[in-house]
Amino acid sequence: MKIAKKICIVLFLAVVLAFIYVPILLLAVYSFTDATMVGGAISGFSFANYATLFEDSELRNMIIGTIILAFGSALLSTILGTLGAIGAFYCKKTPRHLINYANQIPVVNADVVTGFSVCVLLIVMFGVSKDTYIPLIIGHTVLCSPFVYLSVMPKLKQMDNNLYEAALDLGATPSQALFKVVIPQLLSGILSGFMLAVTLSLDDYFITTYTKPSTFNTISTYVVNATKGSQTEIKTALWALSTVIFIIVVVVVILMNVLSKRKAKEARDI
Amino acid sequence: MTKIRFNRKQLCIPYAAFLILFVIAPLLVIIYYAFTDGTGQFTFSNLTGFFSNTNTLGTLVYSFAIAIVTTLVCLVIAYPVSYILAKSKIKKKYVLLMLFIMPMWINFTLRITALKEILTAIEGNISMYPFLNTVIGMTYDFLPFMILPLYNSLSKLDNSLSEAAADLGANGFTVFMRVTLPLSVPGIISGVTMVLLPSMTNYVVLDMLYNSTYIMGSLIGSYFSAYDWNNGSMISLILLVIIFIVTLVTNRFSDDDSARRTAL
Repeated sequence: MKIAKKICIVLFLAVVLAFIYVPILLLAVYSFTDATMVGGAISGFSFANYATLFEDSELRNMIIGTIILAFGSALLSTILGTLGAIGAFYCKKTPRHLINYANQIPVVNADVVTGFSVCVLLIVMFGVSKDTYIPLIIGHTVLCSPFVYLSVMPKLKQMDNNLYEAALDLGATPSQALFKVVIPQLLSGILSGFMLAVTLSLDDYFITTYTKPSTFNTISTYVVNATKGSQTEIKTALWALSTVIFIIVVVVVILMNVLSKRKAKEARDI
Repeated sequence: MTKIRFNRKQLCIPYAAFLILFVIAPLLVIIYYAFTDGTGQFTFSNLTGFFSNTNTLGTLVYSFAIAIVTTLVCLVIAYPVSYILAKSKIKKKYVLLMLFIMPMWINFTLRITALKEILTAIEGNISMYPFLNTVIGMTYDFLPFMILPLYNSLSKLDNSLSEAAADLGANGFTVFMRVTLPLSVPGIISGVTMVLLPSMTNYVVLDMLYNSTYIMGSLIGSYFSAYDWNNGSMISLILLVIIFIVTLVTNRFSDDDSARRTAL
């Protein structure tokens, strides 16, 4: 009875994992072949998809553009969100609550609505050209900064408030106290906010479509257009891209795991 | 030289200005556009147009159906997974949890591409079963977002409570129904909000699977392509009202402010 239960549990987890990973892994296997569709005829192994991925200038520019946009808007969001959180934390109750509520809007709102509303305000009302990239960057910052704010806020609540006062008493100027005492205390929250902002921006489709210049594409918008197109060479090169991203994610997850373990061990040793 | 007195509170000014300009103002503009026509005249026709058109009403009903079924499917899969992970005593539990939520960090359009290839290989023509495939696609996309909050809430549960219930004579099923399940409601609620609203609006999944768009989000997309800002704003406003209601309801049950935030 107990063994049967255990087998059921393992089987259930295995089925769910298979549902999650079989498509990704099968695509990875097919990305190393010359097949043009999964389940289609394979006549041999080939790195042609990877060659296309790294040599096609359109694909390369699209990938570089996506990464620059993600890190740029994450940096902007991190600065805005962190300063906003520190300021709001020391504000009186009413302004703090107002900022909290406004901060919550993009978090719960559908990305479609966020993207569309930013587009209507900036492009339709104020006539800002999409080609300036301003609507795109603002849109991504609207998406990301609330999450930075939300990851910094708990660290502020945990921080010992006397540290700032002590720094002032010891002769630091307020800005020195801020940069040398307060911000280092918040670093882990700021960093995880930044990482979250990068992943949100990388994964975004909706805000990008509504605000991007027509010639610019991120991975998401490019993939959606490519699946509708008939260019099989591009389609199979995207299988290679999917595999590369999968491998990067696995490596990063393992690295973070190892690092956090090492940190935990160090903390124990002390 | 006298330095301008610097105040910590002032640090929030740029962010507050940013929120007013790019979060609040766009919503006000949406409301303005929703109740005007192309020439700027005040009108209710966008609103009445939405509720008198069988096409848009059908889309509303269809997206509710898709969203509710997807949420239920995700819940039915994710709850046992999270429960098993939270209760198991195996050493590498963290690795196992990572395996379940790792897809979150892979671009969703690429994951849907992979799913589409598989479904095509299995079913042949995937547009034969639009509802089924939409639910599969949405579940594939959103499952990790349901597992994470559920796991967080289940792993925080105090084990001594269920042990106490068992000591007092409750059998395994009763313990689950009367103790574990009610205590995990905040996790369920935040998982449901993570899945319900996106699956009403994420039209890319449908669009990629079989070039079809029949959910609320796609209406905005089609008005956007047609430069019809007024009707597009009305759809956005209707979605906003739905989101507002769902948030009000869920805030009553959950103490977590955001599950998406715990993603990292």
